[in-house]
Amino acid sequence: MSASLRKFIITRILLTIPMVLILITLVFIIMRILPGDPIRSQLGPRVTEAQADVLRERLGLNRPLIVQYGDFLVEMITFDFGNALTQGERPIKDELAEKLPATIELSIPAVIFMAVLGVWSGAYAAKNRKKPVDYIFRLLSIAVYSIPIFVMGLLFQILFSVRLPVFPLAGRMDTVMLVSFDSPTNFYVIDAIITGNWPALGSALAHLALPAFTLGLALTGVFVRLTRVNMIEMLQSDFITAGRARGIPERRLVYKHALRNTFIPILTLIGLQFAALMAGAVLTETTFSWPGIGRYLVERIELRDYTAVQSTIGVFAMFVAGISLIMDILYAFIDPRIRY
Amino acid sequence: MNDTSPLVQIRDLSVTYKTRLGDTSAVDKVSFDIRHGEILGLVGESGCGKSTLGKALLRMIMPPGRISAGQILFNGEDILTFDDKRLRDYRGRQASMIFQDPMTSLNPVQTVEQHLVEAIQVHEAQTQTPDATGRIKTLLERLGIMQSRLASYPHQLSGGMRQRVMIGLGLVLNAGLIIADEATTSLDVIVEAKLVDQLREIRDEFGVSILAITHNIALVAEMADRVAVMYAGNLVELGEVSRIFDRPLHPYTQGLLASVPTTEINERKELYKMPGEPPNLARPPSGCRFHPRCPAAMSICSRHRPGLNEAAPGHWVHCWLYQDHPEKEEKTLKVAA
Ligand SMILES: Nc1ncnc2c1ncn2[C@@H]1O[C@H](COP(=O)(O)OP(=O)(O)O)[C@@H](O)[C@H]1O
Ligand SMILES: [Mg+2]
Repeated sequence: MSASLRKFIITRILLTIPMVLILITLVFIIMRILPGDPIRSQLGPRVTEAQADVLRERLGLNRPLIVQYGDFLVEMITFDFGNALTQGERPIKDELAEKLPATIELSIPAVIFMAVLGVWSGAYAAKNRKKPVDYIFRLLSIAVYSIPIFVMGLLFQILFSVRLPVFPLAGRMDTVMLVSFDSPTNFYVIDAIITGNWPALGSALAHLALPAFTLGLALTGVFVRLTRVNMIEMLQSDFITAGRARGIPERRLVYKHALRNTFIPILTLIGLQFAALMAGAVLTETTFSWPGIGRYLVERIELRDYTAVQSTIGVFAMFVAGISLIMDILYAFIDPRIRY
Repeated sequence: MNDTSPLVQIRDLSVTYKTRLGDTSAVDKVSFDIRHGEILGLVGESGCGKSTLGKALLRMIMPPGRISAGQILFNGEDILTFDDKRLRDYRGRQASMIFQDPMTSLNPVQTVEQHLVEAIQVHEAQTQTPDATGRIKTLLERLGIMQSRLASYPHQLSGGMRQRVMIGLGLVLNAGLIIADEATTSLDVIVEAKLVDQLREIRDEFGVSILAITHNIALVAEMADRVAVMYAGNLVELGEVSRIFDRPLHPYTQGLLASVPTTEINERKELYKMPGEPPNLARPPSGCRFHPRCPAAMSICSRHRPGLNEAAPGHWVHCWLYQDHPEKEEKTLKVAA
């Protein structure tokens, strides 16, 4: 690794700190300007002022804003968010440690699927611009983009678990297996591998297939279009013409020269897609009863669980900041102009 | 091939672009040779078809354009008959091109070395990277590029340096022809002058032929051995630099030379301004395409296209002033009478 690249990465990591601070501050502000009193909504309309004060005291909401803000920062940095208000009042840290891996396990294959299929078909369509395959790919990408995720999910459920019972309908694993399943990390696929539990691995993968495919496909539409547009532009650039004039084969010009340069805008989109992914995860998790963070958030919003919601969104913000950090580092590896 | 036969023979080459206004005749029945080891300057106002001709020499005309007629013989072989594989081999190994904008003609994510190694390896699959690197080092030495530049990315190089890298890419496979399309235009004057010197040195050292395309006729005087002058898709005049500059024959060349500013302070003269505008090539004028702007136009000029005429040894011109036609006498007599 060159000195300049190392310098870039260190600078970028340091820059993440103010970025996370800003995000956390935004979450703090939003939670406080949102309409509705968390105490009232939690306890219902008919509580006495004394009862409300007890809860307010417990949540620290009676203290000055600046102290609350300090507390929230400490919570976020130490990952110690206190207990949830509902559903057994367990420590939120434990709940997130259970739900977040489920979402990540769903998202990673979805993103890989999206990136591979999206980039490949976008590049292929660009290479065959204005030929039938280009029109077909463009049409399909509009189609998957415009079908709502839960409709698509439902469709796949009907097709592949009801009509053709290939994949399980919902959940992360067969209930029978789950009873004896040892899950230290809550990433079921990883847990099954490290414990050498092969039937469980099969079950985890089978359960993962449909939701990951649905989520991935839903995200692919935009991706095909973005890759295609950027590739077309890239293929018209001078260095491609110059390469052609040197006798570099067309395939190499498309898949090596143009595509590698197109990765720069594509990476940005992958980073941004993580935000869309979270929205998609909520819908996918609901459709497939996937016990991840998306479903957790919806559930706790419905229960007006103030602490759980605030912590989850805070963690999510940090997650997005982390992804953006990783994307920028990848960026620097691909584009030499950034790291100098 | 012996050295007296030309490297490239262009015969009645025509290139048209399909446009909404109809077919644009960007290059029209152009014939000339490029000799071994010469620098041939190709000049003319912008839009006269120079780049189109240059691209045609590498068969790089993309739709909506196409080579609609003619032949391009390279070492006696007609490149228009090449299949894809042979064409790829031709591009790079036999002929290569340098473009106007050095900022964009290299891949931004590849180092100089990666560019050069790739150029070798796509043509010689059997060449191992160490061998390629060895050859590249020798080449860079001859081009006067420092070895430390190998690890640089394009954005770390100056414009002049990038053009030298482009030249290196043209030479690394020993191509016989380098087409430089306005290769020095975007550089500042001092860097431009240096690159021009360098192109001459490279020609001397490597014995390549260079087709130097430019709209700057003064540059051609400095750099080229012979000059071809184009007007509106036609070749109008061709000859040794000294001849063309001392005794231009075609009225267009005469006008072009008269409109070049001189650097002599005392000799500050009124520059000639050619009347009229270059024609729209979708509807080119009949006969000689220059006749509507020509101060010496005769009635035949609008009716017949003049052929190529060797007015003096090695000095060719397409102009009715220097050749006969049965209708020419007749009409000029009538006009005189
Ligand atoms: N891709 C194209 N499509 C349509 N017309 C073109 C295209 N490229 C060039 N032309 C036309 O061909 C003529 C010659 O252009 P060009 O070869 O670029 O001239 P020059 O290099 O001398 O400036 C011009 O009239 C231009 O409008
Ligand atoms: Mg041009």
